[in-house]
Amino acid sequence: MATQDEPSIFADLDDGATEEDVESVNRWERTLRLWRETIGEQWRMLTDDLLVKLAMVTLTFFMAVAIFAPLLAPHGPLTRQYETDAEIIIADWVDPVFIDSESAYILGTTSQGYDILSQLIYGSRAALLVGLLAAVFTAGIGTLVGLTAGYYGGKIDDTLMRIVDFLYGMPLLPTVIILVALLGPSLWNIIFAIIVLQWRSTARVIRSQALSLRERPFVKAAQVAGASDWHIISRHLAPNVLPLSFLYGAFAIAWAILAEAGVSFIGLGDPNRVSWGTMLQSSRAYAALDFGVWWWFVPPGICIGLVVISGFLIGRGYEEITNPELR
Amino acid sequence: MSLNTPMDDETLLEVRNLEKHFQVDEGIISSLLRSVTGAEADYVHAVDGVSFDLKRGETLGLAGESGCGKTTTGMSLVKLHEPTDGSIRFRGRDLTEADDDELAQFRQNAQMIFQDPFESLNPRMTVYDTIAEPLRIHDVRNETARVRRALEFAELQPPDQYFNQYPHELSGGQRQRVAIARALVLDPDFIVADEPVSMLDVSLRAGVLSLMERMTEEFDLSVVYISHDLSLLRHMCDRLAIMYMGKIVEKGPTEDVIENPQHPYTRSLINAVPVPDPGIGRERVELGGEVGDAIDVPSGCRFHGRCSEYIGDICETEEPPLEGKADFEGRQEVACHLYEPADDVVEARVGETTDTGDDSAASADD
Repeated sequence: MATQDEPSIFADLDDGATEEDVESVNRWERTLRLWRETIGEQWRMLTDDLLVKLAMVTLTFFMAVAIFAPLLAPHGPLTRQYETDAEIIIADWVDPVFIDSESAYILGTTSQGYDILSQLIYGSRAALLVGLLAAVFTAGIGTLVGLTAGYYGGKIDDTLMRIVDFLYGMPLLPTVIILVALLGPSLWNIIFAIIVLQWRSTARVIRSQALSLRERPFVKAAQVAGASDWHIISRHLAPNVLPLSFLYGAFAIAWAILAEAGVSFIGLGDPNRVSWGTMLQSSRAYAALDFGVWWWFVPPGICIGLVVISGFLIGRGYEEITNPELR
Repeated sequence: MSLNTPMDDETLLEVRNLEKHFQVDEGIISSLLRSVTGAEADYVHAVDGVSFDLKRGETLGLAGESGCGKTTTGMSLVKLHEPTDGSIRFRGRDLTEADDDELAQFRQNAQMIFQDPFESLNPRMTVYDTIAEPLRIHDVRNETARVRRALEFAELQPPDQYFNQYPHELSGGQRQRVAIARALVLDPDFIVADEPVSMLDVSLRAGVLSLMERMTEEFDLSVVYISHDLSLLRHMCDRLAIMYMGKIVEKGPTEDVIENPQHPYTRSLINAVPVPDPGIGRERVELGGEVGDAIDVPSGCRFHGRCSEYIGDICETEEPPLEGKADFEGRQEVACHLYEPADDVVEARVGETTDTGDDSAASADD
């Protein structure tokens, strides 16, 4: 800094009173404004697309259903239903309302006597839990690993990327199945297994971004000014790769829900929880298809399809924002 | 001694025999292969023995064609690269041996201005945050007042209007002014300006250049200008160094080098600058051939393959030292076998004094 015998245009400022109080407020306001503007702008571009809007409505609907499941569901998902007259367990199944208008169950019941509508409503909880948790962790771990590998380069990059290569060598569904079989069938293990495999693609893409960003002159300028590595990663690299992390998060929702349904369908789902995948599995186990009980397996299939398609549509819409060449 | 203490007429920066080599294949596989086959790694000799002094308030121009190592030299000067060999002394302190404190002080005193103003500002940071960033890193007080003053100095008026703007809302000239304000806000003593106006519209250049002239004067700055534009360097610099393939081939006061170039390469460079007068007659010096291989460096004088004044085997076998010469009037030093060494150089060599302070000593050792 300036000493007295050196010409400086800042000389008089060093004696002046501080104005830190005013500054800190301004700084927060500026950061807030940046976030509001960026998110606002991207939101506008995102909702410009009708399909994306529909996908968001669908996802919001399922989220609301998942949150208010206990209020919406007429019965417990794993509560056996009894025939109305006698206290007999339903031996077969009950037809849904649109086949037998006398039926007490809107979507009928399963062979075990579970209410299908209630199972469907509670099943949305598992799907969204898996989807959102997997998305957050996939994007988070992938971004962190990618930024570290890309920024530091050299041996760190080599090590991290060989781990990613190793994970790329493992097929998603079979590995999740084996991991769940080893760890035991529970929803948390399924989520864990999905995350372990899914962060690989995010890490790859974020790394390549970080590799090109760290050579950009604004990063060099920060280095010349004496910024620490953490400062550069958090202030200069992370904000510039964040749209990509969001994009991969959005796609991760869909993949995770599909993987969970697949694993549950094979019979490695959480036995104490209802998910759309376990519904499909039990309908297969009771040969619903052979008896033509389509109202048992079609609704969970449609729900899976709707949520997954919504996830992909939002991801695709976001991709167009982050990569303007697609527009 | 603190790196912040200024002294009168001091030599701010001493660069001695600076070398920066980049390894070609750095991956695990190729290094494994190398250890199996026993082959040596290939290196690009980006900078290969550059020496110069920079006094306080002095401006030095580094010129040369693309790939001659001028940008790598500039980046090494502000420690964006760790030099492979040689030393850079800032106020007498060797930067390769500096501890964290000294390095932090150096970071406050050395800044860089980059070529492309569209790339040198973070698109997600406001003008205020961009300029305030160095202040926050070094915990400097009076952030707002300093940022305001720096913007005013860079002729962005009124400064408060620019605080909340993003780079994409600014023109190229305004961005470069913001970059200059960022470099100045820490009140540095030394700036490396890498092609500061080459990406700007011609109409904006004069304004930015006069700003940089004012900055050199009012801050008493030492500046290293890197450019391929000799007319710009002639306008801005006290001294000029011409680089070819990682080495300085001619160095001296700007007027001497431009008006009276001695090295064949310098002559061809200066001849390539267009003169806005069709009537003027001058000897054409055209360069044949290509720049040599930076990995497998040519022996002897690196320019020998393209030189119009080739004088025989000595050019291919012996590397010419950069030294004062006796054959001409100018005060510049030239690395060429065409000329006889000046008397004092001969004396120094005969006396075998280990005068490392002399520019020629390092290259004469080869």
